[in-house]
Parts: sequence; structure tokens; C-alpha cells
Amino acid sequence: MLIKKSLFAIFPTLLFGLLVVGGVSAQQPTPSDDQVNAIAKQLYCPVCENIPLDVCPTTACAQWRELIRQKLQEGWTEQQIKDYFVQQYGARVLGTPPPKGINWLVYLVPPVAILAGIYVLYHTFRSWRRPTQQVDLLPSTPGPPAEIDPAQDEYVKRLEDEVRKR
Amino acid sequence: MVANLGYGTLIITFLVSIYGAVAAYIGARKNQPSWVDSARNAMLLTFPLLTITALSIIYLLISGHYEVQYVTEVSSSSMPIYLRVTALWGGQAGSLIFWSWLMSAFASAVTLRKWDRDREFLPWVILVSLVTLAFFLILSIFVENPFVTFWQSATGNITTAMFQPAGTTHYIPQDGNGLNPLLRHPGMIFHPPMLYLGFVAFVIPYAFAMAALITGRTDDRWIRITRRWTLVAWLFLSLGLLLGMRWAYDVLGWGGYWAWDPVEIAAFMPWLTGTAFLHSVMIQEKRGMLKQWNMVLIILTYDLVIFGTFLTRSGVLSSVHAFAQSAIGPLFFAFIGLTFVASLSLLSRRWNDLKSEVEMTSWFSREALFLLNNLLFIGIFIVCFWGVIFPVISEAMGIVGQKIPTLAGVFTGQKVTVGPPYYERATGPQFAGLLLLMGIAPLSAWTYSTRKTLSNAIWKPLVASLLVVAALWITGTRSWPALVGFGLCALVTFVTLFEFWRAAWARHRTHRENLLQSFWNLAGKNRRRYGGYIIHLGVVLMALGIIGIELFQTETQGTIPQGGHISLGQYTVQFDALSVFNTTDGRNVARAVVSVYKNGKYVGELHPRRDYYYESQQPMTIAGVRSNMEDDLYIILVDWQPLSTTGATFKIYHNPLVNWLWLGGFVFILGTFVAAWPDKEPEMVVLRKVVPAASKA
Amino acid sequence: MNEISTSPTETPSPKVLPRWGRILAWVGLFALLVIVAMVLLRNQQGPVALGQKPPAFILTTFDGQQFGPEEMAGKVVLVNFWASWCKPCEQEAPDLEAAWRYYQPRGDVLFLGIAWTDTESASLAYIKKFNITYPNGPDLGTTISQAYRTTGVPETYIIDKNGNLASLKLSPYSSLAEIQAAIDPLLGQ
Repeated sequence: MLIKKSLFAIFPTLLFGLLVVGGVSAQQPTPSDDQVNAIAKQLYCPVCENIPLDVCPTTACAQWRELIRQKLQEGWTEQQIKDYFVQQYGARVLGTPPPKGINWLVYLVPPVAILAGIYVLYHTFRSWRRPTQQVDLLPSTPGPPAEIDPAQDEYVKRLEDEVRKR
Repeated sequence: MVANLGYGTLIITFLVSIYGAVAAYIGARKNQPSWVDSARNAMLLTFPLLTITALSIIYLLISGHYEVQYVTEVSSSSMPIYLRVTALWGGQAGSLIFWSWLMSAFASAVTLRKWDRDREFLPWVILVSLVTLAFFLILSIFVENPFVTFWQSATGNITTAMFQPAGTTHYIPQDGNGLNPLLRHPGMIFHPPMLYLGFVAFVIPYAFAMAALITGRTDDRWIRITRRWTLVAWLFLSLGLLLGMRWAYDVLGWGGYWAWDPVEIAAFMPWLTGTAFLHSVMIQEKRGMLKQWNMVLIILTYDLVIFGTFLTRSGVLSSVHAFAQSAIGPLFFAFIGLTFVASLSLLSRRWNDLKSEVEMTSWFSREALFLLNNLLFIGIFIVCFWGVIFPVISEAMGIVGQKIPTLAGVFTGQKVTVGPPYYERATGPQFAGLLLLMGIAPLSAWTYSTRKTLSNAIWKPLVASLLVVAALWITGTRSWPALVGFGLCALVTFVTLFEFWRAAWARHRTHRENLLQSFWNLAGKNRRRYGGYIIHLGVVLMALGIIGIELFQTETQGTIPQGGHISLGQYTVQFDALSVFNTTDGRNVARAVVSVYKNGKYVGELHPRRDYYYESQQPMTIAGVRSNMEDDLYIILVDWQPLSTTGATFKIYHNPLVNWLWLGGFVFILGTFVAAWPDKEPEMVVLRKVVPAASKA
Repeated sequence: MNEISTSPTETPSPKVLPRWGRILAWVGLFALLVIVAMVLLRNQQGPVALGQKPPAFILTTFDGQQFGPEEMAGKVVLVNFWASWCKPCEQEAPDLEAAWRYYQPRGDVLFLGIAWTDTESASLAYIKKFNITYPNGPDLGTTISQAYRTTGVPETYIIDKNGNLASLKLSPYSSLAEIQAAIDPLLGQ
């Protein structure tokens, strides 16, 4: 008698549970390969160096792609998935070092070096610079002027001839 | 026996190199030509000797002498003969011999030229070349010996050694491991040799630069001598890089041609400084300026070649390309230390002698624009160098952090990846800047251009380019990087073609030749300039391809059953058939047949396949590609998923414009040939009076 | 020496520039060499040295337990790096579990399995497959393996009761006897 009563209770509960679960999974379609690859493209295989996760052929990488698919299905955002990967596997899964601590140097040194280069160039330029003696000497087409400034040395004239022949 | 012959010639070559270097030094210091001649003969002797060494290895590879460890590593009976020959450079030990052989070839070629006017350079050029050669021979003799053989002791222990240890007999494996499947591709025939030729050839201008510094001949004689050498070295290096890109595109199976892998960058860096050098020496030739800078550039190029080789082979960097770690790291380090310190010291000593008195007259002169060109190339170089070296620095700082706990928070030593996003963002704008300069500089004159003259010259091509950009906008292109890129390409094309046209037309008017003849003769008279313009046009075509694939590539992946189809943009791919079979050369092949439709119309059939090599247990995908100038449809069989007729996974890439990259590469190389071709006229004699400084060595 | 000189006046040659330029160049070169030397040395060294104290770590197992220096003190600790996708690891898994069951009753031996670059579900499946009962946890952020400078899996490090590294194996164990041979000498301390 008791068993019959509990069966009566259990059965609809089970049915209801199945319906709910079925309903929930029916709402989330399995993320496609393209959706997985869109995120995997931005991550790098922690085992094999410098290979993006979407093209890495190893078993481990296949597992990681399935992990991404699973997380996408659960509704995680791209940023959440990336953060999860960093937490699990370290900073090297990202394509560029996260800007923390010494990693700031990655982003600072090249611009600073290039600016330093520009400065050096500018400085040496100025120290070399002498304005052209006759600014409007030049003809309308670019090229060495037909006439040579007579103030210049004779052998510089020969040099200019040589230059023109080339 | 052959192995012993090879090793013997290797040792003799080493001794000859040491002798030659010492003889050269003595000859230079004591000013005795007989010693120098002896050194020269020693230099020449190294080439036939090393040829015997290289041929020994090739013989061992082809005939399958698997008792030699190197042969077992890289060769196998299932490999075709041509691949067995290329296996010479398939592994660390063999490729070092190959390098040394090429080094001796180039150095011998240089030694055979007429030295009458430059006698003082000769001993130092020989010295630098032989010291470099000797270093690589040390690596081969003591650490990475390709002739090491297998021996079996009575207890069954197998060891490797050059000479038979007591109580052992020959151990001969049945077969070798064979080359990594990725290397079994025609690209293997050309890519490594071209790269090595490029690397090795840069030693020659460096040797002359050192000779100039040592002897105090700080005029530009050394540059004039090495002008063609530098161009040849640059040609080979460019060719090597291009072939590597094509090879990667073909076999790596992800539709990409450049991964910003540290080893790729290690080969790219000397190319960057080399290109800067090629432009910068023109300034020194035309206006006598930048002597110090040119020295810096050539030293940097040589040092980067050595440093790049070190990074690739020492295991300091991890990369798909890298050779396995070995003991050559510390030896390389010592050589790097020696050469860097020596170069820097010599440069320091002569720094003030290299100063020139000429001044810059205009910000818009060609010199100024060339300097800007140098700035950009060096900027890109700095980005690349920093990206490659940062993980090494981070690891080193990690060691410090372990020792000093207070710093451990900052210097965590955690491994990081400096990958494509960093390089692309940092170098993209600089490459665009270089494109812009390629459009402006041909219109600028040495010394005399001003803002006014330049803007007069450029406004027409500029307007034409803007029209092109407008046309692109109207037809739907909205990506502003693409618009800027295409606009710059158009600008460079118009300016360069205009330069050709203007000069050919002027000549046609004055010489009464037809236009085509004018064009031909013009290029013939000034090969360097017009070859350079052709190279620039090649770069523009390559830029078109790069913009197409980088900005407009699309991809998709999906599993479909036989008969199913998968779409990407205008294309539909239908899975027709799959056959799986074993080949006679030890592979298991899964070959899919797919039909391609564009906008519903049948275009063709492709056969992507997956090869699995039994002996090395490695898979390899070969894409099915439909190519035309508009785009590539690149289909791979995703081999890490199960393959059957019920479901096979395909990945499809659509790469617009990518074949312009290869066409551009071809034009680029053609232009380099034009630029490097020997002139009919004899070389101009330098007009300046040169007072050879007494050798201050 | 070249004689090109278009004017007698000399612009003041920037003597200051070469000076600090020179210093910068030498310092830069020196720094580069030092850094490369450090990394080279470290690579040549290989993994953690025998007889030294290996890096301390805290492992959080899949069940949520924590094992750190406190739990490891005074015990013989076997640290095994593995991964579910690693075929050689499967070769040694039964031997390791058998060894654990042999030593566990004593109370002074601890086995810790560290799943390296693995996914949780795959790791748990592996553990279930081989009926592994000793503590296993993921190497979060790969910090432990980086500290140990491992170069792959499987790798096993055995630490004696004083906290020093007594033995290491960079490949799978071939038998239970081999594991016992490595641990037995350390029990008497």
C-alpha cells in the first residue's frame, strides 16, 4: 500500500523532471564548430608552443575545444571562457601577455624605443641641417638642377655629374 | 669507411682554417704578402675538403648506411632519393655541415676576385671568414658530429661514438626513422638552402666592414666592393623567406603563410636590417653620409644571423621549427660574445674616423626619406626582437625572483606567449608607413627636394589613388585598414609606373627608339634603380595578397555525411566520396572527394587528404585547393576527428587575393635579379682623393 | 679619409651623443649576454636538482582537499605529473596505484598526482579508469610544473622526509618493483 502510494508520487515527479530537463536542453543547441573555433583561435595550446588552439591536432587540444563547446553551451561568455583557461593553464594560453608586473614591458619598450629613435633622428638631422642656399632654385620637375651653384667646389661638380649619370 | 673519410676531411678543414686565420693575421701585422697568399690558399682549400665531407654524408644517406646515427635519424628506405639528399639539412648535425660548406664556397668565391686595389683588406676578410667557418666546424667536430655510429657491446648495450669503443661490434638498424612528414615536400629542396645561402652570404659584407674598420679605410670602398654581394645575400634570404611562406601555406593545413613563430622571426630580423642597409648604403654612395650608421647596420645584420641561428638551435626558445636542444648552446654563446664584443670594440675605436662632414639640406630630400625608411625598418626590427627576447627575459627574471623572494611578486617567471596579435598590431602601421614612403621617395631627389617640389610631383598620383579608394568604397569595401592599404598600394603603383613612363618617354623622345626599346635600355643602364622599382612593385602585389588574406579571410568547419554539403559565403562544398587505403611507401591515406560550387554553379573537384606515416606515427593533412587570382578555396580534412562516410569533418578557408602574394614574390625576385645583374660599364672610379691610412691594426 | 666638405664651418659635432650612445650599446650588449647566459644555464641544468629542496606548492585536489608543505612534512612524498591524453602515463598508472596501496597503511608516505594541462572531466575519467585512490588535483595555471621545470609527462619526483629531492624519473615507471626500489631506502629516516 505504501509502495503504491510512493510510486504514485515518484512517477509524476520523474515525468515532470524529465520534461524540465528535456525542455532546458532543447533550448540550448550544441555550439557549432565555428563558434568554438572563434574562441579557440584566440587561445594558444599550452603544451605545443605557439600553435593556436583551433588548428592544433593533438588529443589534448581536441579536449580543450570540447571544453569550450561545453562552456558555450552552459552559457559562458567569451571573456569568461578565456579567463577560465588562464586560471587553469596559465598566462601562456593568451596570444599576448596579460599586462601585469613585468609584462608591461612588452607593451612599453617598443613604443619608447621607436620614439627614442625618432628623437635621435630629429636631433642628428638638425645638427646636420643647413638650409638650401637658394630655395627657389629648383625646377618644376624634381631632379638635380640644370645649373650648379658656382659657389661650390669644382670636384663636387664632378661628383654631381657622376651622380646624374647613375 | 666513408664516415671516417668524411670526419677526416672535417678535421683537416678545421686545422686548415685555423692555419689560414693565423697566417692571415701574421701576414697583415708583419706586412708580408707571402703569408697572406698562404692564407688565401688555405681558404681556397677548405671548399674542396668540405665538398668531400658533404658528399660523404649524402652518400651515406642515399645508400642507407643506418649504422650512422644521423642517417637513422633523418633517412629511411621508403623515402625517395631526392628527399634523402635533402636530408643532409634535415637534422641539426647535417645542416651544420651544410652551413659550413656554403660558407667555404662563398668565402672561396670572394677570395678568387681581383684584389689588386684592395690588398690591405684581403687578410682581414680571410681572417673573419675563416674564424666564422672554424666556429661552425668546432660545433660539427666536437658536439654535433654527423658521422657518429652505433656500436653494440657484448651485453647488448647500444652506444654511439665516432671510433669503435673496445669490445663492441657494429650495430646496424634495419631502417631509419625518416624525415618528419612535414619536411617531405618539394619545399624542402629549396627553402633551407636558400635561407642558409642568405645567412652565409651576409658574412662577406661583414668581413669587409671589419677589414675596413681594422685597416682604417673608412671610405666607402668596402661598400662598393660588397654591393653586389649584399644584394645577392639579400636575394637568397628573401627567396628563402618567400619559399618558407609558400611551404607553410601548402602543408601546415591552416591556410596561413606566416605564424610569427620565433624561428621565422629569427630569419626575418636580418632581412629587416639587411633591407635597411641596402637603402642606407645608397646614401653613403651618393652623399658620403651615414658611414657610422652603415657600419652599425651591417654589424647588426651579421650578429642577428648568428644570434638567430643560436636561438633556433640552442633550445632557448621553444618553437615548432626548433631543433632539439643540444650542447651547442654554450659554444654558440661564447662565439656570440666574442663577435659582438669584437665588432662593438672595433666600431667604437673608429667611430670618430667615420664621421662625415656633409649636411642634410632638406627634410624632403631622398636622403631624409631613406632615413625615415631606416627608422621604420629598425622600428619593425625592434618590435620583432623584443617579442622574441621577452619570454627569455621573463624566464631569466623568474630565476632572479626565485633567488630574491621580495622580487618574486613581480618577476614571477611565468611562461607567456608573445604571439601574432602583438606583432600584427605593432608592425602593421609601420609596414603601412613603408608603403607610403615607397610612394613618395621615388619622386624625391637627392639633396634638393623641398615640400613644394615634392607636393607638385605627388599630387596627381595621390588623386588617382584617392579615386581608387573611392571606387572601393562605392563597391562596398568598408574596412578602413583595407582602404588605407589598397590606397597606399595604388599610390606606389602609380608613382613607380609614372617614374618608368617619364624616363622611358624622355629617352624615346631623344633617342628615337620605340617606347619599349627605351624602356629596356633604360633599365639596362641603371639596373639598380629600375630593379629596385620592380622590387617595389613586387612588394605592392604581395601587399595586395596580404591585405586580402589577413583582413578578408573567412572560414568554417563542420561535420557532414557523404552527400552532405557545407557552405561558406558564395561557395558550397559537397562531400562526394571517401577512400582509405595504404600506400607502398608506408602511409595510410584517407582521401576525400569534394565538389565545389560557386553561387550554385559547379566549379570543380578537390581532393583533400590525410596521410598517416606509420614509421614516424605522424599525421599530415594535404589541403585541396582551388586557386585563381581572385581567391583560394582551401579545404582540409580535419584529421583529428574520426573520418568515415557517415561523417567527415571539413574545414574550409576562403582566402581572397592570396595568389597575388606569390605573384608579387615572383616579381620581387625578378626585380632583385635585375638590380643585381652586372653592369656593362666598368665600375665608376671614386672621384675623391683617398689617402690610405697606415694600417693601424 | 674623405674630403667632401662643402663648407669650412663645422657644425658642432655631437660628442655627447656617442658617449652615452656608446655606454648604452655596451650596457645593452652586456645585459643581453647575461640574460641569455642565465637561461642557457638553466636549460643545461635540466629539472630540479637532486639533493636540493624542490619548490613548495599547494595542491587542491579534485575533491577539494589541500595538500601543502604542512601535509608533506616528515613524509616521503611521491609527486607524479600526468595527463589523461598521455599514453605512457597509462602504462605506469596501475603500478603507481599498486604502490600506493602498498605504502599507504604505513602513514609516512604520501602520493600526489598532478594533472598537467588536462580537463577536469577527462582527468576524473582517467582516475576512475585506473581506480586511483591517492590524492589528485589539477596543476592550476601550470604553476607547479613550471616551478619544477618539467618538460612533459609523465614525470615523477620523490622527496625524502627531510624535504630534499631524492630521485626523479622523467619517463614512466616500468614496474611496481622499480617504484618500491626508489621509495624503500627513504623510509628508514
